Amino acid sequence: MNFEVLQEYGPRMLAGLVVTLELVAISIVCGALLAVPIALGRMSRNKLVSRIAFAYVYAVRGTPLLAQTFLVYYGAGQFRPELQAVGLWWLFKDAFFCCVLTFTLNTAAYQAEIYRGAILAVPRGQSEAAMSLGLTPRAIFRMVVAPQAMLLALRPLGNEIILMIKGSSVAAIVTVFDLMGVTRLAYSRTFDFQVYLWAAVLYLVMVEIIRRVWDHLEHRLTRHIRHA
Amino acid sequence: MLKKLALAAAAFLAIAAQAEAKDWSKIRIGTEGAYPPFNFFDSDKQLQGFDIDIAKAVCDKLKAECTFVAQDWDGIIPALQAGKFDAIFASMSITDERKKVVDFSRPYYNTPSAFIAAKGSGITDVSADALKGKTLGAQSSTIQSGYLEQNYPGFELKLYPTQDEVYLDLASGRIDALFVDKVVGLDWLKTTDGGCCEVVGKDIPLGGGVGAAVRKDDADLRDAISKAILEIKADGTYDKLNAKYFPFSIWID
Repeated sequence: MNFEVLQEYGPRMLAGLVVTLELVAISIVCGALLAVPIALGRMSRNKLVSRIAFAYVYAVRGTPLLAQTFLVYYGAGQFRPELQAVGLWWLFKDAFFCCVLTFTLNTAAYQAEIYRGAILAVPRGQSEAAMSLGLTPRAIFRMVVAPQAMLLALRPLGNEIILMIKGSSVAAIVTVFDLMGVTRLAYSRTFDFQVYLWAAVLYLVMVEIIRRVWDHLEHRLTRHIRHA
Repeated sequence: MLKKLALAAAAFLAIAAQAEAKDWSKIRIGTEGAYPPFNFFDSDKQLQGFDIDIAKAVCDKLKAECTFVAQDWDGIIPALQAGKFDAIFASMSITDERKKVVDFSRPYYNTPSAFIAAKGSGITDVSADALKGKTLGAQSSTIQSGYLEQNYPGFELKLYPTQDEVYLDLASGRIDALFVDKVVGLDWLKTTDGGCCEVVGKDIPLGGGVGAAVRKDDADLRDAISKAILEIKADGTYDKLNAKYFPFSIWID
């Protein structure tokens, strides 16, 4: 342990950790809000709506997050006069906002697929049985399909959050001082590989916390289908 | 008995010395390739620039066969230490921090640094007091970024992996001014994108010049390069290369 380096860069790395958590939390929540309409759009009987939703998911999942981040950050820079004209430049000027926007759009596509898969995985018999009880389609979705689908979506959603935590490190490339950004800075000053080790441990701790919370959530939410 | 031991020790030392003296008939040189006019890829994807020409001239003097390896700036010292190449000719300024991990040849050039801002920005004074509230940018892991961190505390600093990205964000207005090697900055100002901007304030000399970096245990290579640099200066090769790029001398005694 190099305590000199730890003393100088430890607090800054923790500040970077907070930035990473903010990036991920905001993106995952906004992404979820966006993912629900996209998932429903994918399953829509309206051809146009389902095709647009499919094209979105296809394009976002088919390109690297790094490329998307560059596209938004430096792309927005090229359109400064247009963005200023509509009064949005102050938002796009901020690297943190550009990252949140990119990550939200990215995770929305993945989450949409998770929700769609989960909804389709609920056995058809469930909605048929509900239908025979005379429930309306809306009530069937809300009271029968959605709760069961949420359970199925839980694991893949945990996965997505973990991927986002690690993927958020690309923010460092566009000048955000997230955990990775601070680590790169500390390394460039000290040439001490330890800082990358600390960063790796901090990422690992975040992932481990998610893992435990998810285990607990799943255990609690599935208690009605567990056999004593 | 003692004689035998001494003989064995001498023989051992001779072998050890032989193993120590590496063969430098082939030298691999690391550079960034994204820092015109010092090192960059031309339209034919060939490495060009002052660093490259100096390295080639040094190799000629050393009668060594040199190959070039392009490497991202942030990873260039670790790559040297990992043995991906033997010497760095990449406009690397000689600093105390770097000297802790690598050895430097004698410097082969020295240029001041300067601030560049948008035309009409109204910036004339570049002291920390005068620039208060401005967002400043530089390439990360450079002496320029280190200087900003030290001398502009409390400022919003934006650090980029390559110099090109610093330019992009100055042109788009995300940063108010960038801090860069002046010669490098002047080269960009000549381009179409650089038309937006101009040098502001006075020149700021930083560091002890630019040298070739080698691993700490390759002192022989370091000394050979230092000697070759003095030789190319003495025989006029250096001045010719200097004139090819810059109308003023960037030599440092």
